[in-house]
Amino acid sequence: MAAISRDDVAHLAKLARISMNDSELDHLAEEMDLILGAVARVQEVAGRDVPPTSHPIPVKNVVREDLVRPSLTPQEALSGAPAQSEDRFKVPQILGEE
Amino acid sequence: MSQMVPMPLNYLNYDEAVAKYEPTLGLEVHVELNTKSKMFCSCSTEFGGEPNTQTCPVCLGLPGALPVVNGKAIESTILIGLALNCSIAPFSRFARKNYFYPDMPKNFQTSQYDEPICVNGYLDIEIATEEGPKQFRVEIERVHMEEDTGKSLHVGGATGRIHGAEYSLLDYNRAGIPLVEIVTKIVGGTGKYAPQVARAYVSELRDILRSLGVSDVKMEQGSMRCDVNVSLSPLDSGTLGTRSETKNVNSLRSVERAVIGEVIRQSNRLEAGERIVQETRHFLEESGQTRPGRSKEQAEDYRYFPEPDLVPVAPDSGWIEALRATLPERPSARRARLKAEWSVPDKEMTSLINAGLLDVVQETIELGAEPIRARSWWLGEISRLANERDVDPTTLITPTQVAEVISLIQNGDLTDNLARQVVEGVIAGAGRPSEVIAQRGLKVVSDDAALMLAIEAAIAAQPETAERIRGGNIPAAGALIGAVMKATGGQADAAKVRELLLKHLGQ
Repeated sequence: MAAISRDDVAHLAKLARISMNDSELDHLAEEMDLILGAVARVQEVAGRDVPPTSHPIPVKNVVREDLVRPSLTPQEALSGAPAQSEDRFKVPQILGEE
Repeated sequence: MSQMVPMPLNYLNYDEAVAKYEPTLGLEVHVELNTKSKMFCSCSTEFGGEPNTQTCPVCLGLPGALPVVNGKAIESTILIGLALNCSIAPFSRFARKNYFYPDMPKNFQTSQYDEPICVNGYLDIEIATEEGPKQFRVEIERVHMEEDTGKSLHVGGATGRIHGAEYSLLDYNRAGIPLVEIVTKIVGGTGKYAPQVARAYVSELRDILRSLGVSDVKMEQGSMRCDVNVSLSPLDSGTLGTRSETKNVNSLRSVERAVIGEVIRQSNRLEAGERIVQETRHFLEESGQTRPGRSKEQAEDYRYFPEPDLVPVAPDSGWIEALRATLPERPSARRARLKAEWSVPDKEMTSLINAGLLDVVQETIELGAEPIRARSWWLGEISRLANERDVDPTTLITPTQVAEVISLIQNGDLTDNLARQVVEGVIAGAGRPSEVIAQRGLKVVSDDAALMLAIEAAIAAQPETAERIRGGNIPAAGALIGAVMKATGGQADAAKVRELLLKHLGQ
């Protein structure tokens, strides 16, 4: 079943702010469709008695105490940033958003 | 007023709008919890830190970092749900809300989607109308947990706004602070009272959250923010109109004004035969109007999916009941109790509540002030001074200071008139009441109190003379002493008047 269309990929690319040309869109639509198809096969073996899961281990209520621990220094926090200014992460102007 | 919108000739005002259209509301309130650490990591939540001093691999979304939920935040959320008469879900999960915007370094916000922790509650509120008090039940759809975003600073551009900005600077100290979102079901049947109902709901909610001690609920500082959804339908049509969502309305008064503004705007569009567009709008504090923001993204655009890095929250009944046992007195019950304890007339109680003065009056009374004095000082003089300055009375003076002034009145050390001057001094920033009294020589035995009033009247009538005395011209005091003697019918002790006058003028 062709679940992912070229338009779907274009829409996702727009949401993710990734610029893609026509051949990339065609290629990815095909590839993502294959991946989804492969994953969909799991549904064939999962019966009604198997609940959808979001975590590999059946645990619940794992919480931590409300305690403050030291944070990174601003220098450490910013050390991987492509650009920075005034101890802040510097990002290009944000288009299409208010 | 450069952005005045020309009004059409058949412009409807609010009363005309609600005579033709039925407003329907939906309210979303975001509350920052007051936990010490963030929602999913141990960074501090303290307000006002230097940029990016409260971040770590988890809240920066660095590869491989694993979040763990703050247990206190879960308990606070369950408490909120219980106080709002919600069912607590036996099984609840976090979800990723995916969007690409630099206020979240992870490129998603950890939130809850189809499995929120609290559902189906209600909050009863009361508003004052010309036909007497009216009760409304606001039904709650859900209460869910999520996290706050970072702060953007748009640089370049003429106005500091995003349009024309060359780049943005991000501070992630706030990213990951626990946030609870409280969403109402559709609130209908309010008719013309929609603005008051919206305000009363947010006000009652704020009181409840404050009584639970789970948040600072400071709307002006953003720890409580309200999104107001409004739609209109023709009266008795039984249909629902298209809604607009006005974001980040940050005071009770603004909530009321935002509803009024949207009812007027939408009704006039409909009258003109136009369609209402489903969109996000921004509230303009100065005009009470709204302006369009970005068009609403559809829910599926966020591509929610269960958060694989966090395990489900499944509170058992033991945990829930233990929390329920700690619920404090309901604010509405507390108001009824205080009203009886202080013997407050209906109308005055309404004024106290509407002015948001109940807490400060209670504190003032707990510090020893007679209830009737505490009420009348806060509602009277202090509110008057606050109105003059267009600020909240509680920001002008503290209950401790008011209680101190009242205790001096109760002891006979201050007359009401002198006390008023002390209060004005405190508000003007001259220090604590005792300091103001010392500086201005206001603390006097009752005889002196009357003399001081006469002396001040004489100074006000002859400011130049007073200035000369301040400048060292002591003999000039004769003119003012004479005026005081005249004002007091010759009964005052002239030597005492002289002494008080010279001291008051710094001689």
